[in-house]
Amino acid sequence: MGRSMCLPIIGEPVRMAQGEHMGSPLRGNIMDIRMQIKDLSLWYGQFHALKNINMEIAENRITALIGPSGCGKSTLLRTLNRMNDIIDGVKISGRIFLDNKDIYQENIGLTELRKKIGMVFQHPNPFPLSIYENLTYGLRIHNIGEKSIWDEKIEKCLRDAWLWDDVKDKLHSSALDLSLDQKQKLCIARLIIIEPEVILMDEPCSTLDPIATMKIEELMNTLKKDYTIVIVTHNMQQAARVSDYSGFLLLGELIEFDDTNNIFTAPRDKRTEDYITGRFG
Amino acid sequence: MNREKLIEKTFFLIACSALFLLALITVFIFKEGIGIFLKIGFAKFIFSPDWAPSQKQFGLFSMIMGSVWITIGALIIGVPLSLSVSIFLAEFCPKKIARILKPAIELLAGIPSVVYGFIGVVILAPLIREYLGGPGLSVLAGSMVLAIMILPTVISISLDALHAVPKSYLEGSLALGATRWQSVYMVIIPAARSGIIASVILGMGRAVGETMAVIMVSGNAVRIPHSILEPVRTLTSNIALELGYATGMHREALFGTGMVLFVIIMILNTAAYVFTKRKVRK
Repeated sequence: MGRSMCLPIIGEPVRMAQGEHMGSPLRGNIMDIRMQIKDLSLWYGQFHALKNINMEIAENRITALIGPSGCGKSTLLRTLNRMNDIIDGVKISGRIFLDNKDIYQENIGLTELRKKIGMVFQHPNPFPLSIYENLTYGLRIHNIGEKSIWDEKIEKCLRDAWLWDDVKDKLHSSALDLSLDQKQKLCIARLIIIEPEVILMDEPCSTLDPIATMKIEELMNTLKKDYTIVIVTHNMQQAARVSDYSGFLLLGELIEFDDTNNIFTAPRDKRTEDYITGRFG
Repeated sequence: MNREKLIEKTFFLIACSALFLLALITVFIFKEGIGIFLKIGFAKFIFSPDWAPSQKQFGLFSMIMGSVWITIGALIIGVPLSLSVSIFLAEFCPKKIARILKPAIELLAGIPSVVYGFIGVVILAPLIREYLGGPGLSVLAGSMVLAIMILPTVISISLDALHAVPKSYLEGSLALGATRWQSVYMVIIPAARSGIIASVILGMGRAVGETMAVIMVSGNAVRIPHSILEPVRTLTSNIALELGYATGMHREALFGTGMVLFVIIMILNTAAYVFTKRKVRK
């Protein structure tokens, strides 16, 4: 694929027809591409953790990354907002585009990038501050809005994260006193208050019980109207339930990337089939 | 009794002996010192500024104020320095540099206090005398020397507190688009607050208790200082300077000084203990 393909006219969503797409094994069409990963490789020191990954992230869809532990799915997710930058000894080659801009360019503003591409972590990590301070944190660091509109914003993001009714009377109590799934919702609220464009979720439900997991999944489904979501999960049922596209990774390689339906009903690669039928992993 | 039990019991007894010694010292100091409180009264002993053993005047207030001045001075100089170092080491320092810096700072704790005092007398005091006036041996000299001496204590304990902050806080903050400094200032330091406070309190205890270096550089005049360029005598200096020739009531008064010090240190250490127990909540 020529370079012109990955740098289309700015502002115009990238559209690709079937077959045009040689870099990745995708069968179906992705209509509005939000992010694009090109020939991405990553090394931790000598360890080749990601091998020549090519994939696209569709706008307002949920893309799931699945695979056994240690396959590199979290690493791949963390390349999307450059969280791997804080780890010593990481080397990255290839490109990742957000709206046709290479996020690994020298002159990219890291804080701006991470404001656009937010992240929810495996272990809910609200700061040891009050619920209110957790929510205003992003507003303060990015100087968003006047204090007078903060309350309004806080109510909106808490409602969007389905947390408002639980916490509206105790906004100034410690965020650490919330239950696990409330904490995770707070982390999501803390993120969407700064209006990111893409939300990365790194096994967001792995520490939650099934009911809380269900609630977070429902929440993800409502969030995808406004946000592009990428989720890492080792729970295949979860990927099947919530995602529109799935990528299967194994030992640092993207084995298959396709419509979630195809992945789970008609995988093309034997290894994908073995994994989703539970033969290993 | 089997071998395991025997070894266990032996170690238990040895461990108890340390506690026993502490109890012994406490009892001894209080037994020797309590007399002066009974003879001249608690309030007079603590709040009278007149200390003239030959005229049977025993008031500790000048010394208490001396200790307070020097300690506060040491904290004003030493705490910002220590905390900057530990924040730098914990959050910003490349690993290679940290590997050199940390042992170097720990080495500071190993230097005998008489060496600090010596440097203070030879270099610091003349500089103060020349450029700021006064006799040189002063509150300022004492505070500066003590500030250096409390560095290792404050740095190592506040560093532990900063390292104990879960990495996920930093990640969460960076992922929201915060800069490193914003994350440190707005999340990590508040999370480590109780440990940092404990480190300052323990540094304070170290400053109050230091003797040799303080005797050498702070002039030891028995009067309440009105400026940082005046000489002072601390509680610890008072004991060390006079114990050699004290008898009778004078000796009791020095043990009384020891009691006051003992109580101050107890209060500080208890406070630090309370703060370290209030660790970062996960």
